[in-house]
Amino acid sequence: MTGGRSLAARLFAWAIFIVCAAYLIVPLATQFDYSLRARRGEIGFTAYTNVLSIPEPDKVLQVQASPLKITLNLPRFYSSLLFSCLMAVLTIIVSTAIVVPTAYWVHLRVPRLKPVIEFFTVLPFAIPGIVLTFGLLRTYSGPPFSLTNTELGTVALLVGGYTIAVLPYTYRSVDIGLRAIDIRTLTEAARSLGAGWPAIILQVILPNLRVAVLSAALLTFAIAIGEYTLANFLFPDERAFGSYMASVGNNKIFEPAALTIISFVLVWILVLLIQRVGRGTGQTQMTGMR
Amino acid sequence: MDTTIAAPRTKPAGPPVSWAWLGTLPFFLFVFAFLLLPSLTIMAGAFRNPNGNFTLDNIAGLFQPLILESYRTSIELSVVTAVVGASLGALLAYAITWGGLSGRIRSGVITFSSVAANFGGIPLAFAFITLLGRTGALPVFLRNVFGIDLYAAGFSIYTVQGLILAYLYFQFPLMLLIMVPAFDGLKREWLEAATNLGGTPFDFWRYVGLPILLPSFLGATVLLFGNAFGAYATAEALTGSKVDVVTRVISRQIRGDVLYNPGLSYALAFGMVVILAISIALYVGLQRVTARWLR
Repeated sequence: MTGGRSLAARLFAWAIFIVCAAYLIVPLATQFDYSLRARRGEIGFTAYTNVLSIPEPDKVLQVQASPLKITLNLPRFYSSLLFSCLMAVLTIIVSTAIVVPTAYWVHLRVPRLKPVIEFFTVLPFAIPGIVLTFGLLRTYSGPPFSLTNTELGTVALLVGGYTIAVLPYTYRSVDIGLRAIDIRTLTEAARSLGAGWPAIILQVILPNLRVAVLSAALLTFAIAIGEYTLANFLFPDERAFGSYMASVGNNKIFEPAALTIISFVLVWILVLLIQRVGRGTGQTQMTGMR
Repeated sequence: MDTTIAAPRTKPAGPPVSWAWLGTLPFFLFVFAFLLLPSLTIMAGAFRNPNGNFTLDNIAGLFQPLILESYRTSIELSVVTAVVGASLGALLAYAITWGGLSGRIRSGVITFSSVAANFGGIPLAFAFITLLGRTGALPVFLRNVFGIDLYAAGFSIYTVQGLILAYLYFQFPLMLLIMVPAFDGLKREWLEAATNLGGTPFDFWRYVGLPILLPSFLGATVLLFGNAFGAYATAEALTGSKVDVVTRVISRQIRGDVLYNPGLSYALAFGMVVILAISIALYVGLQRVTARWLR
């Protein structure tokens, strides 16, 4: 396999690999080491147990995540993680509901609108998170649409913003998925059996797109769960996981290190799931709102 | 919408007047509400005074020294991390595809890079503070072992240099993920063909490999530029108020912290979009030029 390649070329490849691997691993390794030193003179998981298990009575925040109205008393790690997970799930539902029928319809009936739709789906690349946040706040925090006055309205803004931010990835994923199946035949077959449009989309198209939809969903989840910018401005009470991490960073010494490792592991798990799901189609590059 | 009552199998291929585009209406309404309307609000705000009349004062306000400086910082940060990240990422992509490293290393690098490319924001800043902060692992190590004092030598993680180092952590892995498929697309037969015709590997890369990779390389570099230019959380958590990148200036305007000027904050946001639009236009232009070369 390596025959014919010169020694110099191989040494060069190894050198590049070692430099890059060190760049990726050293910050994590030192952070992991640091996270174990919360108690002077010993190595242990105190920082982790502080984050994960000890409820700080004065810092306990209730999860009030409408529209589901869950009220729980939990350490902030869990309450904020739960809140962000809920927002991620809502974003997945909304973006699937928007993207799948649209992409399907465009493929089937209005292919000439394809370039237009594609243009709008990549437009979010030109709108950084902070600009989108600013625009959403300025548009919807006063009359005529005062969405930020209500809990439900604020959640809607957050989910709407996330859906826009992940649109380039979700649309592309579904678009590629649709190209791989014969939607015309599937549609004809379903209709000749008497299926209506909702049944076609839910029972015929969606199951055939499960790989594309699932990998888009995991991508969305990974982006939404640690998102800081939009969540922090829409929910200044630091309800989201990103805001929680930032506040720990301001107030604690060793706990931020533990949180870094925990969130790295979370992203790692999501990436492995995405690779497992999207084997072959493997699109794992993503950049959320940093 | 269709005449499905009588004979569903005889669906007309194209009705005389097509209302099919109506099916895309939910998408357009959604994009209008959450993307276009906010963008239009910013654009309108950038050219309007508090009384609602047209003005260029907000745009003119961008040209005050502090704000120009923040744009300069953001652009410098984004260009440096895009160019360095793109080069490093492309070299690593070369190393794991053509460099003869094992398949296990290849898949390990790809997985780790997928994680790193998504590992921006708050936790990334924490990790770099632990590593490179004033009492961080590396400065302490260098001082104790080699007697080198990084901070005395002018280095600080809480500066633009620090942001560059932190941003590179997600920039070059993202580049790698984009470039691996491009390197995989180069056929080994082409190298053999070049060699059979008397060319060296250098000739192959110079006349075949690099020209083919150039469009993806340039496109990805522009993507990295935008990725760094719009970054906010990492800068906020790492340098706080010590480094003014544009995203932080906008965040202060949103909070209404200091010298709040609504007109100016619209202009600031508008300026960011204009710069990103220019970079995307540049990218499209470059794609055209390279496409012409390749023909």
